[in-house]
Amino acid sequence: MAKFTKATSIKDWINQRLAIEKVEKVMGSEYWIPKNINFLWAMGMVLVITFVLLLVSGIFLLMYYQPNIDTAFYSVNYTIMRDVDFGWLWRHIHGVAASVVFLIIYIHMFTGIYYGSYKKGREMIWLSGMLLLVAFSAEAFSGYILPWGQMSYWAGMVITNLFSGGSLHADGLVEWIRGDYVPAQAFLSRFFMLHVLLIPLAILGLIGLHFAALRIPHVNNQDGEEIDFDAESKKYLDGDKKGSKVIRFANDFMSKDMMVAGIYLVFFFYLVFYNYGFAMDPVNFDPADGLKTPAHIYPEWYFLWSYEILRPFSIDIGLIAFAFAQGIFLGLPFLDRSPNAIAANRRGPAFMIWFWLMLTNMIVLTAMGKLPPEDPYSTIGYWAAILFIVQWLALPIITSYEKKV
Amino acid sequence: MRDSSRRGFMGKAFGAVAGVGAVASLFAMKKTWDPLPSVKAAGFTTLDMSAYNENELITEKWRGKPIFVLKKSAEMIASQTPVQQERDVIVDGSHYMVAIGLCTHLGCIPAYNTDKKDFLCACHGGQFDFSGAVAKVPPPRGLDIPPFKVDGNKLVLGEVGPEYTKMKESGITL
Repeated sequence: MAKFTKATSIKDWINQRLAIEKVEKVMGSEYWIPKNINFLWAMGMVLVITFVLLLVSGIFLLMYYQPNIDTAFYSVNYTIMRDVDFGWLWRHIHGVAASVVFLIIYIHMFTGIYYGSYKKGREMIWLSGMLLLVAFSAEAFSGYILPWGQMSYWAGMVITNLFSGGSLHADGLVEWIRGDYVPAQAFLSRFFMLHVLLIPLAILGLIGLHFAALRIPHVNNQDGEEIDFDAESKKYLDGDKKGSKVIRFANDFMSKDMMVAGIYLVFFFYLVFYNYGFAMDPVNFDPADGLKTPAHIYPEWYFLWSYEILRPFSIDIGLIAFAFAQGIFLGLPFLDRSPNAIAANRRGPAFMIWFWLMLTNMIVLTAMGKLPPEDPYSTIGYWAAILFIVQWLALPIITSYEKKV
Repeated sequence: MRDSSRRGFMGKAFGAVAGVGAVASLFAMKKTWDPLPSVKAAGFTTLDMSAYNENELITEKWRGKPIFVLKKSAEMIASQTPVQQERDVIVDGSHYMVAIGLCTHLGCIPAYNTDKKDFLCACHGGQFDFSGAVAKVPPPRGLDIPPFKVDGNKLVLGEVGPEYTKMKESGITL
Protein backbone atom coordinates (compact mmCIF):
# COMPACT_ATOMS: atom_id res chain seq x y z
CA MET A 1 0.00 0.00 0.00
CA ALA A 2 1.14 3.49 -0.82
CA LYS A 3 2.17 5.79 2.02
CA PHE A 4 -0.52 8.24 3.15
CA THR A 5 0.18 11.18 5.44
CA LYS A 6 -2.14 13.43 7.35
CA ALA A 7 -3.65 15.79 4.81
CA THR A 8 -2.72 19.47 5.01
CA SER A 9 -5.73 20.60 2.96
CA ILE A 10 -8.74 19.18 1.14
CA LYS A 11 -6.80 19.40 -2.11
CA ASP A 12 -3.90 17.49 -0.56
CA TRP A 13 -6.31 14.86 0.76
CA ILE A 14 -7.75 14.30 -2.70
CA ASN A 15 -4.34 14.56 -4.34
CA GLN A 16 -2.92 11.76 -2.20
CA ARG A 17 -5.74 9.51 -3.34
CA LEU A 18 -6.35 10.57 -6.96
CA ALA A 19 -3.09 12.29 -7.99
CA ILE A 20 -5.06 15.23 -9.39
CA GLU A 21 -1.95 17.39 -9.72
CA LYS A 22 -0.31 14.81 -11.92
CA VAL A 23 -3.51 14.41 -13.97
CA GLU A 24 -3.78 18.18 -14.37
CA LYS A 25 -0.21 18.32 -15.70
CA VAL A 26 -0.62 15.43 -18.13
CA MET A 27 -3.96 16.64 -19.44
CA GLY A 28 -3.51 20.38 -19.28
CA SER A 29 -0.61 22.47 -18.10
CA GLU A 30 2.10 20.19 -19.49
CA TYR A 31 0.31 19.06 -22.61
CA TRP A 32 2.09 21.07 -25.28
CA ILE A 33 0.56 22.82 -28.27
CA PRO A 34 2.59 24.49 -31.06
CA LYS A 35 2.50 28.28 -31.27
CA ASN A 36 2.21 28.67 -35.04
CA ILE A 37 -1.43 27.72 -35.43
CA ASN A 38 -4.56 29.72 -36.30
CA PHE A 39 -8.24 29.83 -35.40
CA LEU A 40 -8.92 26.67 -37.41
CA TRP A 41 -7.17 24.73 -34.64
CA ALA A 42 -10.06 25.64 -32.32
CA MET A 43 -12.57 23.51 -34.25
CA GLY A 44 -11.90 20.49 -32.02
CA MET A 45 -12.95 22.40 -28.94
CA VAL A 46 -15.92 23.87 -30.84
CA LEU A 47 -16.97 20.31 -31.68
CA VAL A 48 -16.66 19.21 -28.04
CA ILE A 49 -18.87 22.13 -27.00
CA THR A 50 -21.44 21.32 -29.71
CA PHE A 51 -21.47 17.68 -28.62
CA VAL A 52 -22.15 18.74 -25.03
CA LEU A 53 -24.98 20.99 -26.26
CA LEU A 54 -26.46 18.01 -28.11
CA LEU A 55 -26.10 15.78 -25.06
CA VAL A 56 -27.67 18.22 -22.60
CA SER A 57 -30.55 19.25 -24.88
CA GLY A 58 -31.07 15.57 -25.73
CA ILE A 59 -31.42 14.64 -22.06
CA PHE A 60 -34.24 17.16 -21.63
CA LEU A 61 -35.99 16.06 -24.84
CA LEU A 62 -35.77 12.46 -23.67
CA MET A 63 -37.90 13.31 -20.63
CA TYR A 64 -40.98 13.97 -22.78
CA TYR A 65 -40.39 12.19 -26.07
CA GLN A 66 -42.47 9.01 -26.62
CA PRO A 67 -41.05 6.40 -29.00
CA ASN A 68 -44.43 5.18 -30.22
CA ILE A 69 -45.71 5.58 -33.78
CA ASP A 70 -49.06 6.90 -32.53
CA THR A 71 -47.72 9.42 -30.05
CA ALA A 72 -44.18 10.31 -31.17
CA PHE A 73 -45.23 13.10 -33.52
CA TYR A 74 -47.44 14.80 -30.93
CA SER A 75 -44.98 14.31 -28.09
CA VAL A 76 -42.49 16.35 -30.15
CA ASN A 77 -44.72 18.88 -31.86
CA TYR A 78 -47.28 19.40 -29.15
CA THR A 79 -45.94 18.32 -25.74
CA ILE A 80 -42.34 19.46 -26.15
CA MET A 81 -43.06 22.48 -28.30
CA ARG A 82 -46.10 23.84 -26.45
CA ASP A 83 -46.65 22.23 -23.07
CA VAL A 84 -43.16 21.92 -21.66
CA ASP A 85 -41.68 25.19 -20.42
CA PHE A 86 -38.65 25.92 -22.63
CA GLY A 87 -39.23 22.64 -24.46
CA TRP A 88 -38.86 24.58 -27.72
CA LEU A 89 -35.42 25.74 -26.56
CA TRP A 90 -34.10 22.18 -26.15
CA ARG A 91 -35.58 21.13 -29.45
CA HIS A 92 -34.16 24.09 -31.35
CA ILE A 93 -30.75 23.67 -29.71
CA HIS A 94 -30.82 19.96 -30.58
CA GLY A 95 -31.91 20.54 -34.17
CA VAL A 96 -29.55 23.44 -34.88
CA ALA A 97 -26.60 21.72 -33.19
CA ALA A 98 -27.23 18.52 -35.19
CA SER A 99 -26.94 20.56 -38.37
CA VAL A 100 -24.11 22.90 -37.36
CA VAL A 101 -22.01 20.05 -35.95
CA PHE A 102 -21.58 18.76 -39.51
CA LEU A 103 -20.51 22.19 -40.75
CA ILE A 104 -17.78 22.25 -38.09
CA ILE A 105 -16.85 18.61 -38.79
CA TYR A 106 -16.38 19.45 -42.49
CA ILE A 107 -14.28 22.54 -41.63
CA HIS A 108 -12.23 20.42 -39.20
CA MET A 109 -11.79 17.75 -41.89
CA PHE A 110 -10.75 20.10 -44.67
CA THR A 111 -8.38 21.91 -42.28
CA GLY A 112 -6.75 18.52 -41.69
CA ILE A 113 -6.53 17.86 -45.42
CA TYR A 114 -5.14 21.32 -46.20
CA TYR A 115 -2.39 21.18 -43.58
CA GLY A 116 -1.52 17.50 -44.14
CA SER A 117 -2.52 16.59 -40.60
CA TYR A 118 -3.26 12.99 -41.56
CA LYS A 119 0.33 12.00 -42.34
CA LYS A 120 3.57 11.02 -40.61
CA GLY A 121 2.22 9.38 -37.47
CA ARG A 122 -1.12 11.20 -37.52
CA GLU A 123 -2.92 8.49 -39.52
CA MET A 124 -4.80 7.21 -36.46
CA ILE A 125 -6.11 10.71 -35.78
CA TRP A 126 -7.51 10.83 -39.30
CA LEU A 127 -8.97 7.30 -39.16
CA SER A 128 -10.63 7.79 -35.77
CA GLY A 129 -11.93 11.15 -36.97
CA MET A 130 -13.48 9.59 -40.05
CA LEU A 131 -15.06 6.88 -37.87
CA LEU A 132 -16.50 9.71 -35.79
CA LEU A 133 -18.00 11.18 -38.96
CA VAL A 134 -19.63 7.80 -39.67
CA ALA A 135 -20.94 7.58 -36.10
CA PHE A 136 -22.26 11.17 -36.21
CA SER A 137 -23.96 10.41 -39.54
CA ALA A 138 -25.66 7.36 -38.03
CA GLU A 139 -26.62 9.43 -35.00
CA ALA A 140 -28.07 12.17 -37.21
CA PHE A 141 -30.04 9.68 -39.29
CA SER A 142 -31.45 7.78 -36.31
CA GLY A 143 -32.43 11.07 -34.66
CA TYR A 144 -34.13 12.24 -37.84
CA ILE A 145 -36.49 9.24 -37.59
CA LEU A 146 -37.74 10.05 -34.09
CA PRO A 147 -40.27 12.88 -34.67
CA TRP A 148 -42.09 10.41 -37.01
CA GLY A 149 -43.06 13.03 -39.55
CA GLN A 150 -43.22 12.51 -43.30
CA MET A 151 -39.50 13.12 -43.82
CA SER A 152 -38.65 10.84 -40.87
CA TYR A 153 -40.68 8.02 -42.38
CA TRP A 154 -39.46 8.40 -45.94
CA ALA A 155 -35.85 8.96 -45.00
CA GLY A 156 -36.15 5.74 -42.99
CA MET A 157 -37.64 3.97 -45.99
CA VAL A 158 -35.04 5.18 -48.50
CA ILE A 159 -31.95 4.77 -46.33
CA THR A 160 -32.83 1.27 -45.11
CA ASN A 161 -33.53 0.30 -48.73
CA LEU A 162 -29.88 1.09 -49.50
CA PHE A 163 -29.07 -2.12 -47.62
CA SER A 164 -30.87 -4.24 -50.19
CA GLY A 165 -27.68 -3.75 -52.24
CA GLY A 166 -29.44 -2.99 -55.54
CA SER A 167 -29.55 -6.09 -57.71
CA LEU A 168 -28.55 -8.28 -54.77
CA HIS A 169 -32.16 -7.85 -53.55
CA ALA A 170 -31.26 -8.46 -49.94
CA ASP A 171 -34.85 -7.63 -48.97
CA GLY A 172 -34.55 -9.99 -46.00
CA LEU A 173 -31.74 -7.82 -44.64
CA VAL A 174 -33.81 -4.67 -45.08
CA GLU A 175 -36.78 -6.27 -43.30
CA TRP A 176 -34.44 -7.47 -40.56
CA ILE A 177 -33.11 -3.96 -40.02
CA ARG A 178 -36.66 -2.56 -39.89
CA GLY A 179 -38.24 -5.45 -38.01
CA ASP A 180 -41.15 -5.12 -40.42
CA TYR A 181 -41.92 -4.91 -44.13
CA VAL A 182 -42.08 -1.13 -43.87
CA PRO A 183 -40.88 1.30 -41.20
CA ALA A 184 -43.28 0.78 -38.28
CA GLN A 185 -43.23 0.45 -34.49
CA ALA A 186 -40.33 -2.01 -34.34
CA PHE A 187 -38.29 0.33 -36.53
CA LEU A 188 -39.04 3.42 -34.45
CA SER A 189 -38.24 1.64 -31.16
CA ARG A 190 -34.91 0.27 -32.31
CA PHE A 191 -33.76 3.52 -33.88
CA PHE A 192 -34.74 5.27 -30.65
CA MET A 193 -32.46 2.82 -28.78
CA LEU A 194 -29.65 3.41 -31.28
CA HIS A 195 -30.03 7.19 -31.06
CA VAL A 196 -30.07 7.53 -27.28
CA LEU A 197 -27.76 4.71 -26.22
CA LEU A 198 -25.71 2.61 -28.60
CA ILE A 199 -24.44 5.25 -31.03
CA PRO A 200 -23.74 7.85 -28.32
CA LEU A 201 -21.68 5.19 -26.50
CA ALA A 202 -19.76 4.53 -29.70
CA ILE A 203 -19.23 8.28 -30.18
CA LEU A 204 -17.88 8.69 -26.65
CA GLY A 205 -15.49 5.79 -27.19
CA LEU A 206 -14.34 7.19 -30.52
CA ILE A 207 -13.80 10.65 -29.05
CA GLY A 208 -11.55 8.99 -26.46
CA LEU A 209 -9.65 7.23 -29.24
CA HIS A 210 -9.44 10.44 -31.30
CA PHE A 211 -7.89 12.34 -28.36
CA ALA A 212 -5.57 9.44 -27.49
CA ALA A 213 -4.38 9.30 -31.10
CA LEU A 214 -3.30 12.93 -30.76
CA ARG A 215 -1.02 12.44 -27.74
CA ILE A 216 2.00 10.84 -29.36
CA PRO A 217 2.25 12.71 -32.71
CA HIS A 218 0.93 15.92 -31.06
CA VAL A 219 -1.06 18.67 -32.74
CA ASN A 220 0.14 19.66 -36.23
CA ASN A 221 1.05 23.28 -37.03
CA GLN A 222 0.63 25.68 -39.93
CA ASP A 223 4.06 24.94 -41.41
CA GLY A 224 3.99 21.19 -40.89
CA GLU A 225 7.20 21.72 -38.90
CA GLU A 226 8.43 18.70 -36.97
CA ILE A 227 8.78 20.08 -33.46
CA ASP A 228 10.87 18.37 -30.79
CA PHE A 229 8.24 18.64 -28.08
CA ASP A 230 10.56 17.43 -25.30
CA ALA A 231 13.22 20.05 -26.06
CA GLU A 232 10.74 22.86 -26.67
CA SER A 233 8.72 22.15 -23.54
CA LYS A 234 11.93 22.04 -21.49
CA LYS A 235 12.87 25.44 -22.92
CA TYR A 236 9.42 26.73 -21.92
CA LEU A 237 9.62 25.36 -18.38
CA ASP A 238 13.15 26.76 -17.97
CA GLY A 239 11.71 30.22 -18.50
CA ASP A 240 12.36 30.86 -22.22
CA LYS A 241 8.69 31.16 -23.08
CA LYS A 242 9.40 33.48 -26.00
CA GLY A 243 12.01 31.23 -27.60
CA SER A 244 10.00 28.04 -27.17
CA LYS A 245 7.85 26.89 -30.06
CA VAL A 246 5.17 25.49 -27.76
CA ILE A 247 2.65 26.70 -25.19
CA ARG A 248 0.66 24.95 -22.48
CA PHE A 249 -2.68 23.43 -23.49
CA ALA A 250 -4.25 24.90 -20.36
CA ASN A 251 -4.71 27.71 -19.78
CA ASP A 252 -2.71 29.30 -22.63
CA PHE A 253 -4.03 27.51 -25.70
CA MET A 254 -7.44 27.05 -24.10
CA SER A 255 -7.83 30.78 -23.62
CA LYS A 256 -7.48 31.26 -27.40
CA ASP A 257 -9.74 28.28 -28.03
CA MET A 258 -12.44 29.68 -25.81
CA MET A 259 -12.20 33.03 -27.59
CA VAL A 260 -13.13 31.28 -30.85
CA ALA A 261 -15.71 29.17 -28.99
CA GLY A 262 -17.26 32.38 -27.62
CA ILE A 263 -17.69 33.84 -31.11
CA TYR A 264 -19.07 30.49 -32.27
CA LEU A 265 -21.59 30.34 -29.44
CA VAL A 266 -22.90 33.83 -30.24
CA PHE A 267 -23.44 32.66 -33.85
CA PHE A 268 -24.92 29.38 -32.65
CA PHE A 269 -27.47 30.92 -30.33
CA TYR A 270 -28.34 33.53 -32.94
CA LEU A 271 -29.38 30.55 -35.10
CA VAL A 272 -31.21 28.86 -32.22
CA PHE A 273 -33.28 31.94 -31.39
CA TYR A 274 -33.76 33.68 -34.73
CA ASN A 275 -32.92 31.35 -37.59
CA TYR A 276 -33.64 27.76 -36.60
CA GLY A 277 -35.85 27.12 -39.65
CA PHE A 278 -33.03 25.66 -41.76
CA ALA A 279 -32.72 22.77 -39.31
CA MET A 280 -36.45 22.00 -39.28
CA ASP A 281 -37.78 20.67 -42.56
CA PRO A 282 -41.35 21.93 -43.08
CA VAL A 283 -42.37 18.59 -44.63
CA ASN A 284 -41.55 16.88 -41.34
CA PHE A 285 -44.35 18.83 -39.67
CA ASP A 286 -46.80 16.44 -41.39
CA PRO A 287 -47.26 13.16 -39.51
CA ALA A 288 -45.77 10.05 -41.15
CA ASP A 289 -47.95 8.53 -43.87
CA GLY A 290 -46.82 5.29 -45.48
CA LEU A 291 -49.15 5.78 -48.41
CA LYS A 292 -47.96 9.22 -49.49
CA THR A 293 -44.43 10.17 -50.53
CA PRO A 294 -43.61 13.85 -50.15
CA ALA A 295 -43.30 15.57 -53.53
CA HIS A 296 -39.58 16.13 -53.16
CA ILE A 297 -37.38 14.06 -50.87
CA TYR A 298 -33.87 15.21 -50.07
CA PRO A 299 -31.70 14.56 -47.06
CA GLU A 300 -30.37 17.22 -44.70
CA TRP A 301 -27.71 19.43 -46.30
CA TYR A 302 -24.76 17.55 -44.81
CA PHE A 303 -25.66 14.34 -46.65
CA LEU A 304 -26.42 16.01 -49.99
CA TRP A 305 -22.96 15.60 -51.57
CA SER A 306 -22.96 11.83 -51.15
CA TYR A 307 -26.65 11.62 -52.08
CA GLU A 308 -25.84 13.43 -55.32
CA ILE A 309 -23.17 10.82 -56.07
CA LEU A 310 -25.85 8.13 -55.69
CA ARG A 311 -28.57 9.81 -57.68
CA PRO A 312 -27.48 10.22 -61.32
CA PHE A 313 -26.56 6.57 -61.90
CA SER A 314 -28.54 3.36 -62.32
CA ILE A 315 -29.02 1.67 -58.97
CA ASP A 316 -26.03 -0.70 -58.86
CA ILE A 317 -23.48 1.78 -60.17
CA GLY A 318 -25.08 4.42 -57.96
CA LEU A 319 -24.68 2.25 -54.86
CA ILE A 320 -21.07 1.43 -55.73
CA ALA A 321 -20.31 5.13 -56.31
CA PHE A 322 -22.07 5.97 -53.03
CA ALA A 323 -20.12 3.34 -51.08
CA PHE A 324 -16.92 4.63 -52.71
CA ALA A 325 -17.73 8.21 -51.67
CA GLN A 326 -18.51 7.12 -48.10
CA GLY A 327 -15.39 5.04 -47.68
CA ILE A 328 -12.71 6.76 -49.72
CA PHE A 329 -11.93 9.55 -47.23
CA LEU A 330 -10.75 6.87 -44.78
CA GLY A 331 -8.03 5.96 -47.25
CA LEU A 332 -6.62 9.50 -47.58
CA PRO A 333 -3.42 8.93 -45.53
CA PHE A 334 -2.55 5.97 -47.74
CA LEU A 335 -3.64 7.42 -51.08
CA ASP A 336 -1.55 10.54 -50.60
CA ARG A 337 1.86 9.23 -51.71
CA SER A 338 3.72 12.51 -51.28
CA PRO A 339 6.64 12.72 -48.82
CA ASN A 340 5.47 16.18 -47.74
CA ALA A 341 3.31 16.65 -44.67
CA ILE A 342 2.86 20.40 -45.06
CA ALA A 343 0.20 22.90 -46.04
CA ALA A 344 -1.35 22.46 -49.48
CA ASN A 345 -0.13 25.86 -50.73
CA ARG A 346 3.50 24.77 -50.30
CA ARG A 347 3.18 21.33 -51.92
CA GLY A 348 3.22 22.54 -55.52
CA PRO A 349 0.32 23.25 -57.87
CA ALA A 350 -0.99 19.68 -58.36
CA PHE A 351 -2.17 19.04 -54.80
CA MET A 352 -3.20 22.67 -54.36
CA ILE A 353 -5.54 22.37 -57.34
CA TRP A 354 -6.72 18.96 -56.14
CA PHE A 355 -7.64 20.36 -52.74
CA TRP A 356 -9.60 23.39 -53.93
CA LEU A 357 -11.27 21.41 -56.70
CA MET A 358 -12.37 18.76 -54.19
CA LEU A 359 -13.76 21.39 -51.84
CA THR A 360 -15.54 23.26 -54.66
CA ASN A 361 -16.87 20.07 -56.18
CA MET A 362 -18.35 18.94 -52.86
CA ILE A 363 -20.13 22.28 -52.60
CA VAL A 364 -21.43 21.85 -56.18
CA LEU A 365 -22.60 18.30 -55.36
CA THR A 366 -24.34 19.64 -52.25
CA ALA A 367 -26.14 22.32 -54.26
CA MET A 368 -27.19 19.90 -57.03
CA GLY A 369 -28.43 17.40 -54.45
CA LYS A 370 -30.81 20.01 -53.08
CA LEU A 371 -32.24 20.90 -56.50
CA PRO A 372 -34.88 18.72 -58.16
CA PRO A 373 -33.58 15.86 -60.36
CA GLU A 374 -34.12 17.70 -63.65
CA ASP A 375 -31.84 19.13 -66.30
CA PRO A 376 -29.54 21.01 -66.13
CA TYR A 377 -29.06 20.06 -62.47
CA SER A 378 -28.95 16.31 -63.02
CA THR A 379 -26.35 16.72 -65.80
CA ILE A 380 -24.17 18.98 -63.65
CA GLY A 381 -24.60 16.53 -60.77
CA TYR A 382 -23.62 13.63 -62.99
CA TRP A 383 -20.36 15.24 -64.10
CA ALA A 384 -19.60 16.48 -60.60
CA ALA A 385 -20.00 12.91 -59.32
CA ILE A 386 -17.69 11.62 -62.06
CA LEU A 387 -15.15 14.34 -61.20
CA PHE A 388 -15.28 13.36 -57.52
CA ILE A 389 -14.41 9.75 -58.35
CA VAL A 390 -11.73 10.72 -60.91
CA GLN A 391 -10.10 13.06 -58.40
CA TRP A 392 -9.75 10.30 -55.85
CA LEU A 393 -8.40 7.86 -58.42
CA ALA A 394 -5.89 10.50 -59.55
CA LEU A 395 -4.71 11.35 -56.03
CA PRO A 396 -2.06 8.59 -55.66
CA ILE A 397 -0.68 9.43 -59.11
CA ILE A 398 -0.39 13.20 -58.74
CA THR A 399 1.02 12.95 -55.22
CA SER A 400 3.64 10.36 -56.16
CA TYR A 401 5.11 12.89 -58.62
CA GLU A 402 5.31 15.52 -55.90
CA LYS A 403 8.86 16.64 -55.08
CA LYS A 404 10.14 16.69 -51.52
CA VAL A 405 10.02 20.29 -50.33
CA MET B 1 7.25 -23.63 -17.48
CA ARG B 2 4.60 -25.77 -15.85
CA ASP B 3 2.83 -22.59 -14.71
CA SER B 4 2.87 -21.00 -18.12
CA SER B 5 1.46 -24.10 -19.83
CA ARG B 6 -1.25 -24.24 -17.18
CA ARG B 7 -2.06 -20.59 -17.87
CA GLY B 8 -2.02 -21.33 -21.54
CA PHE B 9 -4.55 -24.09 -21.00
CA MET B 10 -6.74 -21.87 -18.85
CA GLY B 11 -6.59 -19.17 -21.48
CA LYS B 12 -7.63 -21.57 -24.22
CA ALA B 13 -10.39 -23.03 -22.05
CA PHE B 14 -11.73 -19.58 -21.36
CA GLY B 15 -11.43 -18.71 -25.05
CA ALA B 16 -13.53 -21.75 -25.94
CA VAL B 17 -16.24 -20.90 -23.38
CA ALA B 18 -16.27 -17.23 -24.42
CA GLY B 19 -16.35 -18.17 -28.09
CA VAL B 20 -19.40 -20.40 -27.65
CA GLY B 21 -21.02 -17.67 -25.57
CA ALA B 22 -20.25 -15.00 -28.14
CA VAL B 23 -21.70 -17.01 -31.03
CA ALA B 24 -24.79 -17.88 -28.98
CA SER B 25 -25.26 -14.22 -27.99
CA LEU B 26 -24.92 -13.04 -31.58
CA PHE B 27 -27.52 -15.60 -32.63
CA ALA B 28 -29.92 -14.40 -29.93
CA MET B 29 -29.28 -10.76 -30.88
CA LYS B 30 -29.91 -11.46 -34.55
CA LYS B 31 -33.17 -13.26 -33.76
CA THR B 32 -34.28 -10.43 -31.46
CA TRP B 33 -34.03 -7.99 -34.37
CA ASP B 34 -36.16 -10.25 -36.62
CA PRO B 35 -39.69 -9.13 -37.51
CA LEU B 36 -42.17 -10.40 -34.90
CA PRO B 37 -44.48 -13.34 -35.72
CA SER B 38 -47.46 -10.98 -35.56
CA VAL B 39 -45.81 -8.80 -38.21
CA LYS B 40 -45.00 -11.78 -40.43
CA ALA B 41 -48.51 -13.17 -40.13
CA ALA B 42 -49.92 -9.82 -41.28
CA GLY B 43 -52.82 -10.93 -43.36
CA PHE B 44 -54.06 -10.89 -46.88
CA THR B 45 -55.85 -8.12 -48.68
CA THR B 46 -58.86 -8.89 -50.88
CA LEU B 47 -59.77 -6.38 -53.58
CA ASP B 48 -63.12 -6.18 -55.36
CA MET B 49 -61.95 -5.48 -58.89
CA SER B 50 -65.34 -4.37 -60.22
CA ALA B 51 -65.11 -1.13 -58.26
CA TYR B 52 -62.36 0.59 -60.26
CA ASN B 53 -62.69 3.21 -62.99
CA GLU B 54 -60.58 3.31 -66.14
CA ASN B 55 -57.32 5.30 -66.01
CA GLU B 56 -57.89 6.23 -62.37
CA LEU B 57 -55.12 5.20 -60.05
CA ILE B 58 -56.29 3.80 -56.73
CA THR B 59 -53.83 3.06 -53.94
CA GLU B 60 -54.68 0.09 -51.75
CA LYS B 61 -52.69 -1.21 -48.78
CA TRP B 62 -51.08 -4.59 -48.29
CA ARG B 63 -48.59 -5.40 -45.52
CA GLY B 64 -48.21 -1.70 -44.88
CA LYS B 65 -47.17 -1.10 -48.47
CA PRO B 66 -49.12 0.91 -51.01
CA ILE B 67 -50.57 -1.17 -53.87
CA PHE B 68 -51.30 0.58 -57.16
CA VAL B 69 -54.40 -0.58 -59.01
CA LEU B 70 -55.02 0.98 -62.42
CA LYS B 71 -57.82 -0.25 -64.67
CA LYS B 72 -56.70 0.11 -68.28
CA SER B 73 -58.94 1.66 -70.92
CA ALA B 74 -59.43 -0.02 -74.31
CA GLU B 75 -57.14 2.59 -75.84
CA MET B 76 -54.40 1.85 -73.33
CA ILE B 77 -54.72 -1.90 -73.90
CA ALA B 78 -54.51 -1.43 -77.66
CA SER B 79 -51.36 0.68 -77.42
CA GLN B 80 -49.46 -1.81 -75.27
CA THR B 81 -46.14 -3.31 -76.30
CA PRO B 82 -45.56 -7.02 -75.54
CA VAL B 83 -43.48 -6.03 -72.48
CA GLN B 84 -46.39 -4.02 -71.16
CA GLN B 85 -48.92 -6.75 -72.01
CA GLU B 86 -47.05 -9.34 -70.00
CA ARG B 87 -47.56 -7.28 -66.87
CA ASP B 88 -51.36 -7.22 -67.21
CA VAL B 89 -53.44 -8.72 -64.45
CA ILE B 90 -56.67 -9.89 -66.06
CA VAL B 91 -59.72 -10.24 -63.83
CA ASP B 92 -63.13 -10.97 -65.28
CA GLY B 93 -62.04 -9.84 -68.76
CA SER B 94 -60.71 -6.44 -67.63
CA HIS B 95 -57.01 -5.52 -67.73
CA TYR B 96 -55.36 -4.02 -64.68
CA MET B 97 -51.99 -2.80 -63.63
CA VAL B 98 -51.48 -4.13 -60.09
CA ALA B 99 -48.14 -3.35 -58.49
CA ILE B 100 -46.44 -2.47 -55.24
CA GLY B 101 -46.41 1.32 -55.36
CA LEU B 102 -42.83 1.72 -54.25
CA CYS B 103 -40.13 2.80 -56.65
CA THR B 104 -37.77 -0.14 -57.20
CA HIS B 105 -34.87 2.26 -56.80
CA LEU B 106 -35.13 3.18 -53.12
CA GLY B 107 -38.77 2.83 -52.20
CA CYS B 108 -40.44 6.21 -52.67
CA ILE B 109 -44.03 6.29 -53.97
CA PRO B 110 -44.18 7.45 -57.59
CA ALA B 111 -47.01 9.79 -58.55
CA TYR B 112 -49.37 9.01 -61.47
CA ASN B 113 -50.04 11.59 -64.15
CA THR B 114 -53.46 10.85 -65.66
CA ASP B 115 -52.82 12.86 -68.84
CA LYS B 116 -49.36 11.57 -69.63
CA LYS B 117 -50.33 8.12 -68.32
CA ASP B 118 -47.03 7.59 -66.55
CA PHE B 119 -45.48 7.57 -63.09
CA LEU B 120 -42.78 9.92 -61.86
CA CYS B 121 -40.78 9.26 -58.72
CA ALA B 122 -39.91 12.61 -57.14
CA CYS B 123 -37.03 11.23 -55.09
CA HIS B 124 -34.54 10.44 -57.81
CA GLY B 125 -36.41 11.17 -61.02
CA GLY B 126 -37.30 7.61 -62.05
CA GLN B 127 -40.23 7.10 -64.43
CA PHE B 128 -42.57 4.19 -65.13
CA ASP B 129 -45.19 3.78 -67.87
CA PHE B 130 -48.83 2.93 -67.10
CA SER B 131 -48.07 -0.79 -67.04
CA GLY B 132 -45.44 -0.23 -64.33
CA ALA B 133 -42.43 -0.90 -66.62
CA VAL B 134 -39.39 1.40 -66.36
CA ALA B 135 -39.39 4.41 -68.67
CA LYS B 136 -36.37 6.23 -67.19
CA VAL B 137 -33.57 5.16 -64.80
CA PRO B 138 -32.45 4.98 -61.95
CA PRO B 139 -35.04 2.26 -61.09
CA PRO B 140 -33.49 -1.08 -62.04
CA ARG B 141 -36.79 -2.83 -62.92
CA GLY B 142 -40.49 -2.24 -63.28
CA LEU B 143 -42.73 -1.88 -60.26
CA ASP B 144 -42.88 -5.17 -58.38
CA ILE B 145 -46.10 -7.14 -58.62
CA PRO B 146 -47.32 -8.49 -55.28
CA PRO B 147 -48.24 -12.19 -54.96
CA PHE B 148 -51.88 -12.43 -56.09
CA LYS B 149 -54.59 -14.94 -56.83
CA VAL B 150 -57.60 -14.28 -59.04
CA ASP B 151 -60.83 -15.38 -57.38
CA GLY B 152 -63.88 -14.60 -59.55
CA ASN B 153 -64.02 -10.81 -59.75
CA LYS B 154 -61.84 -10.54 -56.65
CA LEU B 155 -58.09 -10.36 -56.28
CA VAL B 156 -56.43 -11.79 -53.16
CA LEU B 157 -53.05 -10.22 -52.38
CA GLY B 158 -50.61 -12.37 -50.44
CA GLU B 159 -51.80 -15.64 -51.94
CA VAL B 160 -49.97 -17.15 -54.88
CA GLY B 161 -52.08 -18.01 -57.92
CA PRO B 162 -51.02 -19.60 -61.24
CA GLU B 163 -50.89 -16.23 -63.06
CA TYR B 164 -48.51 -14.84 -60.47
CA THR B 165 -46.32 -17.96 -60.54
CA LYS B 166 -46.05 -17.58 -64.31
CA MET B 167 -45.00 -13.93 -64.00
CA LYS B 168 -42.43 -14.79 -61.37
CA GLU B 169 -40.97 -17.66 -63.38
CA SER B 170 -40.67 -15.57 -66.53
CA GLY B 171 -38.91 -12.86 -64.49
CA ILE B 172 -41.49 -10.11 -65.01
CA THR B 173 -41.49 -9.54 -61.28
CA LEU B 174 -39.27 -10.56 -58.41
